Amino acid sequence: MRQLTYLALLAGCLLGTLPLELVLRVGVYARWRRLLAALAPGLVLGVAWDLYAVRQGHWRFDHRYLTGLDVAGLPAEEVLFFVVIPTCAILTLEAVGRRRPGWPIGDEPAEPVPGEPEGAGR
Amino acid sequence: MTYTWLVAGALLGAAACDLVLLRTRLLRRRAFWVSYAILFGFQLLVNGVLTGLRVVQYDPATILGLRLAYAPVEDLGFGFALILLTLSCWVALGRRAAGMPARGSAAGPGRAGPGWPAPPPTPPAGRPPSPGSTPSDG
Repeated sequence: MRQLTYLALLAGCLLGTLPLELVLRVGVYARWRRLLAALAPGLVLGVAWDLYAVRQGHWRFDHRYLTGLDVAGLPAEEVLFFVVIPTCAILTLEAVGRRRPGWPIGDEPAEPVPGEPEGAGR
Repeated sequence: MTYTWLVAGALLGAAACDLVLLRTRLLRRRAFWVSYAILFGFQLLVNGVLTGLRVVQYDPATILGLRLAYAPVEDLGFGFALILLTLSCWVALGRRAAGMPARGSAAGPGRAGPGWPAPPPTPPAGRPPSPGSTPSDG
C-alpha cells in the first residue's frame, strides 16, 4: 500500500476538486482542449526542471512511496503532479470567478477597455 | 542555494508571462489572489505530506533551509510559479476563444487556430458569467 502514497495524494486532489466541476459546474473538464493547451507549458517546463534537478542532485525520491512506473525518466507520479496541481488551480480560479462575477479573471467578453485601471468601480 | 535561485528565476518568468507576454494581469486581479489563498492551504498540505514522509528529499546545499510545514519555502515558490503560468495560459486561451483581442491590442478578434473552435458570436455586452451557463468555448 505504501507504494501508492504519492499517487493517492494526487488522486485526493482530483477527487477533492471534482465537486467544482460536477456541482458548481465550472466547465473546466468540459473545455478539455483549452485545459490541455493551458497545462502544456507548465508540464513541459516542470518536467524539464525536474529532470535537471534530479540529475544535479537537488532532490531525489524515496521509491518505497512510488508505484515504480516511469514516464520520461521521472516517476509517473511526479509527471502527473504537473497535470493534477495546475488542473486544481484552474478549477479553483473558475470557481472563484463563478461565485464572484464582480471579480473578472480576464477572459470575460466584456473586458474593460485596455488602459483603464483594473479595479475601477469596485 | 541553487534551487533557491532557480525558483527566483521561475517566479520572474511566470510574472513576465502574466504581465508582459500574455498580458493576463492575474497578479493584479482579486480573483487570482483569492484563488491562490485557497490553493495555498492545500499546497501546504500536499507539500507537507510529500516532504514530511520524505517521499521527496532535498539536498540541504541547494535550499535556504527555511521550511514551512516540512516543505522548503522554495517549494512554495515553485508551486506559485507553476500555478501562475498555468492560469495565465488558461485565461489567455479563453480570451482568444471569446474572440477578444490578444495581447490587449486593437487588432480585432483572435484567430481560431487549427483544432480550435471558432470564436462564438459576440454575446451582448455586460453579460456576467452566471452559474449554470453553458461554457462557450468547449
